Amino acid sequence: MTSPSATTAPYTTVIGLEVHVQLQTRTKLFCGCSTSFGAPPNTQVCPTCLGLPGSLPVMNRRAFDLALRSALALNCKIAPFTKWDRKNYFYPDLPKGYQISQYDLPFSSDGSLEVVDPKGEFSRQVGIVRVHLEEDAGKSMHDEAAGVADSRIDLNRTGTPLCEIVSEPDLRSPQEARAWLGELKLLLVYLGVSDCNMQEGSLRVDANVNLHIPRDDGSLAKTPIVEIKNMNSFRSVERALAYEAARQYEEWQATGAELGSAPKQTRGWDDAAGVTRGQRHKEESSDYRYFPEPDLVPVTVSEEQVAAVRAEMGEPPAVLRGQLQETWKISAYDADVLVNQGRDLVSWYEQLARLTGDGKVASNWMQQDVLRTLNERASTIAEFPLEPAAVADIIGRIAKGDFDTSRGREIFAAVVETGKSVAEVVAEMGIAAVDDSDLEALCRELIAANPKIVADVQGGKEQAAGGLIGQAKRKNPNVNPGKVRAMCLELIKRGEA
Amino acid sequence: MSLSRQDVAKVGMLARLALTEADLDRMTGELSKIVEFVSQLSTLDTADVEPLAHPLDTRNVFRDDEPGTSLSTEQALASAPRHDGSCFLVPAVLGESGSA
Ligand SMILES: [Zn+2]
Repeated sequence: MTSPSATTAPYTTVIGLEVHVQLQTRTKLFCGCSTSFGAPPNTQVCPTCLGLPGSLPVMNRRAFDLALRSALALNCKIAPFTKWDRKNYFYPDLPKGYQISQYDLPFSSDGSLEVVDPKGEFSRQVGIVRVHLEEDAGKSMHDEAAGVADSRIDLNRTGTPLCEIVSEPDLRSPQEARAWLGELKLLLVYLGVSDCNMQEGSLRVDANVNLHIPRDDGSLAKTPIVEIKNMNSFRSVERALAYEAARQYEEWQATGAELGSAPKQTRGWDDAAGVTRGQRHKEESSDYRYFPEPDLVPVTVSEEQVAAVRAEMGEPPAVLRGQLQETWKISAYDADVLVNQGRDLVSWYEQLARLTGDGKVASNWMQQDVLRTLNERASTIAEFPLEPAAVADIIGRIAKGDFDTSRGREIFAAVVETGKSVAEVVAEMGIAAVDDSDLEALCRELIAANPKIVADVQGGKEQAAGGLIGQAKRKNPNVNPGKVRAMCLELIKRGEA
Repeated sequence: MSLSRQDVAKVGMLARLALTEADLDRMTGELSKIVEFVSQLSTLDTADVEPLAHPLDTRNVFRDDEPGTSLSTEQALASAPRHDGSCFLVPAVLGESGSA
């Protein structure tokens, strides 16, 4: 099954996302156990997160502050009074038999996050229903292939602080959903709220999707809402939504089933097969019998606290993109590429732009040379061996006419490779600026040796001078091609050949 | 307000209690009495009473994000009916997780 493109599809795809992100704390939400990833099973557990009798939870202040920061960055209203509730269900990875979550009084609600496609193909303001703070469950592992009868339970993750972010069903295509998730992730990483690493489970996404199909009489048919789980990358989210939209359309054509005709269905994404599959649905699973958590007291948040968190938050990516375009006169696309690389790289770029005074040239060097090097080395800007001043030095020498851009690239690569200074590399490569009298002597020599080219130029074919540049480079690799061309043309025109 | 037999069966199922027909008969009567007793509260006029989120007046109890002492794996698994030395063992769990 293939998905029709957004423009030709005879329906609108309506998508809402539910995202869980792990907050970057050292310890769990209600106890002092470590949250670091990858420890051997059941080495980061204590009576509180194991739910042993007599243990009591105490809220991690940093987790609450990070959650607050997330909600503010998502333009949410912050509740002056918030409490936690028990969400009751039985599952082996949930030792207490309930998850401490937030039900009717979440600490924040009514926010928004906009996504703008840098190529201008779409932009979408997406409402945020709520952001709340809750604890994670543990991990259950079952090796079906090995035919083992038991499941193994690791409770290291149990009690890890999570922000649950629920969007309004405002997204209108799988591409938009993927782009919006990218923007959300970038925002949370910028704010230092979460590392949003999907491989390590620091960011998890479920999607709700249905179709609005216009009928001939002008009314709208709405297909039953399906919740998709088990998507392990943003690309999977996009693929799963595209598959599911096409599947729902086929099903609607076959059965005419509409919203409300059946309870909400949960389907799991099978990435290898590229399909969603219906999951067994326990009828009672939505009956969580929430009630207020008696072991935690409520939390109040003052306007001063909100102002303080807001003040130390730093610019979100969307603001930064605008600032870069405004200050350094670069395109929306270039600003997007730079900002998407993270705050450290943007700072590096800003230093380079300041040193060179040319934001556009600095942006080109960042995107072509610096980013390519980082990609090749699979490293980050923090590990990059060059300071912005070194690249600015190269750019400055190109501007002065010491050498051309392609020679500058070679120097850049050599500096990265050897760790030497730009001046050292320039000296070692025998790159010395050719002074004007040497250049003039060289040009005269070439003109004398190439009467046909001279005649062509004099006859109005200036492009014939290109033949001289190649020869000049062979005679002296340090000459600047632009300068050779200009001087040869001038000499020929003055008739001094 | 009284409870139906189905209500009690559902609550029993949610609590993973295996109730026999005789249990259901008895529980329906007993639970209904409890609910009726508590529902006397609904006769009070609570228009001017603020909802109570917690019986204590205390607010904003936090701890710093400082590591404490965790148990050893051996201690953590000590009371488990079954384990393999590193994980708790439970009857096969298949299908979706309950929630997150
Ligand atoms: Zn613990």
